[in-house]
Amino acid sequence: MHSFGYRANALITFAVTILALMCAIASLSDNLNSPSPSSQVQVLNINWFQKQPNGNDEVSMTLNISADLQSMFTWNTKQVFVFIAAEYETPKNALNQVSLWDGIIPSKEHAKFWIHTTNKYRFTDQGSNLRGKEFNLTLHWHVMPKTGKMFADKIVMSGFRLPDEYR
Amino acid sequence: MDWQGQKLAEQLLQIMLVAIAVVAFATGYFLGSFQMMLLIYAGGVVLTTFITVPNWPFFNRHPLNWLDPSEADGHPKPQLSNSSKKKPTKQK
Repeated sequence: MHSFGYRANALITFAVTILALMCAIASLSDNLNSPSPSSQVQVLNINWFQKQPNGNDEVSMTLNISADLQSMFTWNTKQVFVFIAAEYETPKNALNQVSLWDGIIPSKEHAKFWIHTTNKYRFTDQGSNLRGKEFNLTLHWHVMPKTGKMFADKIVMSGFRLPDEYR
Repeated sequence: MDWQGQKLAEQLLQIMLVAIAVVAFATGYFLGSFQMMLLIYAGGVVLTTFITVPNWPFFNRHPLNWLDPSEADGHPKPQLSNSSKKKPTKQK
């Protein structure tokens, strides 16, 4: 500590060490928050349902998505990424997941929303398994913090069924 | 900066930074603002730099009192007891 340079060096080193510690504690403080999000999805209409020339089934549907994700936001939350996946079972695969819609929620003020939309990404099966298929619509989310650990979870909404015939 | 001053500077630096970190974290947490925490801490680091890094007069209140050279000449110099006996290390 005898010279200007030594003191400046000691100060910067110690200050950055403490900053890292503060960030770590901020990340740990996220564990105190227990979110209770809610979500509801309605399939308003099957716009069309067809077999592509290569044999894969493809569906276009209109969805009404409403969700309240405000409880996920803490002081250490940068943004929340959400997506809706259709999940169903086929003889070949126990779990198929197709992402239909996604969104980025930048702040708590935007975390309670509803949206009326057709599926943003194509709902295509690898094969011809979709006629009369029961499927779940699952809301997945990833909470992205400003520092530290990222949290992910989901809400499964079941009881959806595709029509028996192409249209 | 004298010895006492160096000790004081180091203690000031550590205590101030830890105290400011605690204040910044508590304020940020209760206001729910990460940015506020960073701003308070940055302000505190600048303040601490200003107080502890320059060589202020209050770090120099305990100067070492060296003997005057003419006074020192009157006393026997300390003998370097084993300097003559010390053999150079073997060199290959």
